[in-house]
Amino acid sequence: MSAFLSIRNLSAVLKGGPPLLRSVSLDVAAGEVRGLVGESGAGKSMIGKAVLGILPRAVEVVEGEIWLDGVDLLRLKPTERRRRIGATAALIPQDPMTALNPSRRIGPQITDRLVDILGWRRAAADARALELLEQVHIPDPARVMRAYPHELSGGMRQRVLIASAFAAEPKLIVADEPTTALDVTVQKQILRLIAQMQARHGTALLFVTHDLGVVSKICGTLSVLYAGKVVEDADVRDFFAAPAHPYSAALLAATPRYTDPKAGLNPVPASVIKAVDAEISAFDRGWRNG
Amino acid sequence: MLDARDMVKRRLGLRLWLSGGWLVLLLLAALMAPWIAPHDPLEQDLFTSRLPPFWMAGAEPGYWLGTDSLGRDVLTRIMYGARVALIVALVAGTATMLIGAALGLIAGYYRGWPDMVISRLIDIWMAFPPVLFAILLIAVLGTGLTSVIIAIIVIDWTRFARVVRAEAMAQGAMDYVASAQVAGQRRLGIMLREILPNVLPTIVALLTLEMGIAVIVEAILSFVNLSISTDDPTWGGMIAEGRTSIHQAWWVLVFPLAALFLTVLSFSQLGEGLKDRFDPVLR
Repeated sequence: MSAFLSIRNLSAVLKGGPPLLRSVSLDVAAGEVRGLVGESGAGKSMIGKAVLGILPRAVEVVEGEIWLDGVDLLRLKPTERRRRIGATAALIPQDPMTALNPSRRIGPQITDRLVDILGWRRAAADARALELLEQVHIPDPARVMRAYPHELSGGMRQRVLIASAFAAEPKLIVADEPTTALDVTVQKQILRLIAQMQARHGTALLFVTHDLGVVSKICGTLSVLYAGKVVEDADVRDFFAAPAHPYSAALLAATPRYTDPKAGLNPVPASVIKAVDAEISAFDRGWRNG
Repeated sequence: MLDARDMVKRRLGLRLWLSGGWLVLLLLAALMAPWIAPHDPLEQDLFTSRLPPFWMAGAEPGYWLGTDSLGRDVLTRIMYGARVALIVALVAGTATMLIGAALGLIAGYYRGWPDMVISRLIDIWMAFPPVLFAILLIAVLGTGLTSVIIAIIVIDWTRFARVVRAEAMAQGAMDYVASAQVAGQRRLGIMLREILPNVLPTIVALLTLEMGIAVIVEAILSFVNLSISTDDPTWGGMIAEGRTSIHQAWWVLVFPLAALFLTVLSFSQLGEGLKDRFDPVLR
């Protein structure tokens, strides 16, 4: 297994309900940045959550493998899996407002993992947290370490979360729409910061987003998801030059361009949706029978 | 804007001071009753029966709040009654909190079968009328302070369990819990370190409320003579006795009632005040 993260034929269903993921396969090599794009409800976040072992209770993985650093996570015991993920992967969550514990100071929230899982000494962990807060350009990091989350703005909190994700030098970070909850001016800064930190630490990044513009800026490869199925898996440069699947082509065409204010929006045409839906049903039939 | 905030702050402060002040006063009176009470709580003297409080005509010096029909000093008996009321409030309130909050936290955070078991238990419990349940329990356990405390715990743990469960469920869905999980934290660790601090303000508010309720339940039980032995003064017992002579000596009824009222009100106001002051999210 050459890729650092390798998902093989992962399928998940809502318990007693419809399929959410349909035999998803994707690889993220060490140091690679892979975009995971799709409409809302396509299952992008589900894949990230499956990798990190935080799937909602109502979701059940029915088949597949998730290889992280040469180990199939789904075959580990829960305790072992928890430790393994804690030591190798991290999350940059979507909503900075709920992603920090409101009643605990920032410092310990960053250092918990270092101290509890990796066995660092408290002083070393504190020094590390300070260093990381500096790296994400937080002014007066010593004060922020002692602050409560409600004393910081949304952008600042997202910086703290980025620092926290990189603190333990994980080999893989899942960024779950990290800029969606921020306003546009801050979005750009945060995006640049994530790219910067990724380059500096050489971390593999699985970047979940619905924004192809974001993908073009920071990702090297991408997977396009529709209804929980990967419809295209490509190099970003090739993809933006010539998307292979008609659905991804339509998705790309639907991206609004701000250069011409008079141009209308181009929704994904109904014919394309019909075709891709047919593809999905054909797949489901094959799945049930096979 | 700033002025308005100051005003709110000052009002919160006043609320805390008034309620806290009354409770501290009561606590001191209860602790030091044997030394500072003007009379013996059980000493009867028919020559000084039904003396009015100090500002009315016919009052005797030394009997500040008057005497009851057996000539026992009302102030003294209120002070001794406060001992029972406060012991019940503190012990029963705290024990109820520990049991109820722990079960609520487990049900709300772990979900699954622990939640099933605890929630069904709560449902069953809530179907019993509480006062009847208490009387039944006392009838089985026998009267006495311990029985009263046990009865309160057994009846009221659901109050904590229900509220804490809902709160823990809401907190459990937050991203910071997912982050802690990804960071490799144990479930128990997450429950105690991440969830509990966020539920704590609610628990504290409920605790003070529960202490007030415990005082009321004790009063109800002693009103129907099911609390501690009839000789020892309790507020509920005093109210029951005062009821019979309300037209001749209203003070025997009114003063313990006022003490009860102020105490229960103070407990609930203290809880609200503490919550407003120490909840980091509201602060």
